[in-house]
Amino acid sequence: MKKQITLQSVNSFFVGFIFAIGLGLAGMTEPHKIISFLDLKNWNPSLILVMIGAISFHALFYPLIRKRPFPMLDAHWHVPNRKEITARLIIGSSLFGMGWGLSGFCPGPALASLPASILSGKHEAILFVATMCLGMILFNSIEHKIGLKK
Amino acid sequence: MEHLNFLLNPLLGGLIIGIAASLMLFMNGRIAGISGILNGFIYSFSKRAPRDYKVDRPWRFSLICGLISGGFVLFLLSPILFENQSGRSPITIALGGLLVGFGTVMAGGCTSGHGVCGISRLSIRSIVATVTFITIGILTVAIFGGNFQ
Repeated sequence: MKKQITLQSVNSFFVGFIFAIGLGLAGMTEPHKIISFLDLKNWNPSLILVMIGAISFHALFYPLIRKRPFPMLDAHWHVPNRKEITARLIIGSSLFGMGWGLSGFCPGPALASLPASILSGKHEAILFVATMCLGMILFNSIEHKIGLKK
Repeated sequence: MEHLNFLLNPLLGGLIIGIAASLMLFMNGRIAGISGILNGFIYSFSKRAPRDYKVDRPWRFSLICGLISGGFVLFLLSPILFENQSGRSPITIALGGLLVGFGTVMAGGCTSGHGVCGISRLSIRSIVATVTFITIGILTVAIFGGNFQ
C-alpha cells in the first residue's frame, strides 16, 4: 500500500488516544504507583501486570502482522532491526531508569497527564514534560559530537 | 472485589495498550514508542534534521495530540486517576525529566518502545534495555527513597 499521509495521521491520533485510555485504566498515570513498583520495600506489581497485558496481545499479533509485505498505510515497514547491544543503549537506558525512579514519570503517561496537570493545578507533569523535552533537545545537539554507535 | 480490580485494571489497561501498539504497526508500520515519536517531532524542527523528519511531522503530532486528548477525557471522566503524585520536590522532578528526555533518546526507546513493542518482537536490544532501566529504576528508588505520603 502506498504512503497515505492523512490516513496515517488519523490512525496515529486514534492510537495515541487508545494508548492514553489504556494508561489511565492501568493506573499508570499515577507516579505514586510507578515509584511503588520500583520500591521493593512497598511493592506494587501494577506495572508488570500492565506489561504482561500489553505484551501478551502485541506479541501474539506482531508476527501475524509482519507476514504482510507492507502495512496498510505505507509502502514499507519502519521497524528497526539492529541487534547489537551497544554502550549507548545501556547508558541511555540507565539514565532513563534514573529519571524514572526519581520522578515516577515516563514519556507516555506524562503527556497523557498534561491536561490534568494544567487543569488541576498540580504541576508535576508540566514540569516533567518541559524538562524532558529539554533533555531530548540536549541529546540531539550533542549526538553527532559524541559519535556513539546506536 | 477490591483484589479483582487491583489485578484486572492493570491487565486490561495493558491489553488496551497492546491493542494500540498493534494498530500502529498494522496501519502505519511503526513502533508505538512514545519517546521516539516525541523526539522525532521535536528533532524535525532542527536544521540538521533530514527531510524525512519534516514529512513525518503530521502523524507524530497527531499521535501526541491523541495521547493528550485521551488524557483530557480521562481527567473529565475520572480525575482521581491523576491524584496520586509522587510528592517529589520540583527540582527532583525537573532533574528526572531531563534524565528521561536525554536517556530515552540515547537508548532509542522507553517503556512503550522497548518495553512493550521491543519485547513483543523478541528484540534482544529491547530486552536488555528494559531490564536495565527497570533495574536502575529500582536502585534509584532504593537510594533516593520511595513515595512520600
